[in-house]
Amino acid sequence: MSDKTIDRVASATPARVARKVKGLSDRAIAWIFVGPTIFLLLAINIFPLIWTINLSFTNFKANRNREVEYIGLRNYERILGDSDIWLSMQATAHFLFWTLFFQVLIGFALAWLINKKFRGNDLWTTIIVLPMMLSPAVVGNFWTFLYQPQIGLFNYVVSFFTGVDPSSFEMLGSVDLAPWSIVIVDTWMWTPFVMLICLAGLRSIPDYIYEAAEIDRASKLRQFFTITIPMVLPFLMLAVLFRGIENFKMFDLVVQLTGGGPGSVTEMASINLKREAFEKWRTGYSSAFAIILFVTVFGLASIYVKALNKVKER
Amino acid sequence: MSYSVTEPSSRQKWIAGTLVITYALITMVPLLWIMMTSFKTPPDSISYPPKVMYQPSLEGYVNLFTTRTRVSPERLAALPPPENFAEEIVRNRNMVIAGPSKFGGRFLNSVIIGFGSTFLSVFLGTLAAYAFSRFKIPLADDLLFFILSTRMMPPIAVAIPIFLMYRKLGLTDTHLGMILLYTAVNISLAVWLLKGFIDEIPREYEEAALIDGYTRFQAFYKVVLPQAATGIASTAIFCLIFAWNEYAFAVLLTSGTAQTAPPFIPTIIGVGGLDWPAIAAGATLFLLPVMIFTVMLRKHLLRGITFGAVRK
Repeated sequence: MSDKTIDRVASATPARVARKVKGLSDRAIAWIFVGPTIFLLLAINIFPLIWTINLSFTNFKANRNREVEYIGLRNYERILGDSDIWLSMQATAHFLFWTLFFQVLIGFALAWLINKKFRGNDLWTTIIVLPMMLSPAVVGNFWTFLYQPQIGLFNYVVSFFTGVDPSSFEMLGSVDLAPWSIVIVDTWMWTPFVMLICLAGLRSIPDYIYEAAEIDRASKLRQFFTITIPMVLPFLMLAVLFRGIENFKMFDLVVQLTGGGPGSVTEMASINLKREAFEKWRTGYSSAFAIILFVTVFGLASIYVKALNKVKER
Repeated sequence: MSYSVTEPSSRQKWIAGTLVITYALITMVPLLWIMMTSFKTPPDSISYPPKVMYQPSLEGYVNLFTTRTRVSPERLAALPPPENFAEEIVRNRNMVIAGPSKFGGRFLNSVIIGFGSTFLSVFLGTLAAYAFSRFKIPLADDLLFFILSTRMMPPIAVAIPIFLMYRKLGLTDTHLGMILLYTAVNISLAVWLLKGFIDEIPREYEEAALIDGYTRFQAFYKVVLPQAATGIASTAIFCLIFAWNEYAFAVLLTSGTAQTAPPFIPTIIGVGGLDWPAIAAGATLFLLPVMIFTVMLRKHLLRGITFGAVRK
């Protein structure tokens, strides 16, 4: 039977059957089934979002009981002129760029190696996946112990291989190293995610393409650049999208590792936002910042998805 | 077939295997170090160079579950002999057990909130996914995209109004509040994953049931649900792991009654600084269930990790 026949049968059946069905109509059931989910999302996602937009035009402070005034776009103007905010955006960009860079590089390499199908590869894949399943806050907290100068394992290992005195550098305490300390932990934790998606991409390439290339006497290197890379690219880009969104929002891991310090070199957007909203209690101001962040993520993601679809079409 | 051009040679396999296993072993070191530290005494945990060989001790676990007070040597000598190993360990440090710590309660909160929100998100998610899969819903694609896009918001951005809303409704620091919140976060993933699983169940099964006189409801739970059981289970594990690991909302919206373990574990403080063996013990107890889950259920988890996006 051709696909078309199946489709026709499938689309014709429900209507005829529907008349015979007892009980609630399909339409009623559809709304009963979808309703609670939509309600929950409206109450806990959309309503808060609208409230945030509303608050962003006020000078409201959640820890005071004073009269709330609407101050128009003043919060937005202040944020765009605030050098702290721009510094936090820079910290976020540094973190985003380097984590994505290392995770794509290592993640793809690992997937490529695992796809060689050596014996026991699924067990080792599972072991590699473990870090990303764990609580970032708890793991991040423990990494501060590994990063201790003198007693920490990380410093000890570095000094073992390089001969540098282990107490001569502080990963979390120095302005130069702290941004890299969070990149290392995030890469350790999330490379497996990129790896898994790449692996799915590699496994989706049918063997006959390579066989055809082999018959055409294409070299292995050429096969890699003209078959493997282009076929995996859409998957890789998807992985970058997911990791990009997650790392833009990054909060728990970095709060535990550096708390935004030393000074504010690792104070990324979410941490800055938390400080404004829940420590300085500038609710209106931080709401405006939240909206700017949301629009940024949403905007960047939409542009990126457009590019992704173009790659897929090729 | 004895020869295939796409099958890597055994030398290639050997090299690939060595590299991957090396990476896997390196990546395990921090996790092994957590477990090893949990069995060290506080002095052993902060020795230089870091100790790989040591006398294992349960002091970390004892410290994790108890609060202790320092007593003078004279009073310590006057006490009756210790009743169990925990008291013996504590007395060796010139202290006595004053009572249980908060860890047990925090761990229990994690269990209640984790399972509560998982049940709710899978329950609502299955219903919604079924409806999206089987019925013509106006603007279905837009609704599905809307459901997914709610995940793009930074948690802190949503936390401000939720904090205000919960304060008004009296849901701050309650189990119910956290369960509802985690359900709202998880449900987008649940609907997307479950829709994928239900899409794969042939419609013909239900239609046969409908013709046999089942109502739509009966067809749903007698025909579709059993077929979707594996999908529902793996979605549930995902929701559970998210709720188990979540930190941002927990640290902002809970402080006592409903506080979960992730914001609590980093705050465990011993005498004169952080008590690393106790923190490691808490981390081990908290992380180990997830690790065991992951290894046991690896086949079902892969699809959820890739967000259902990587589907055939």
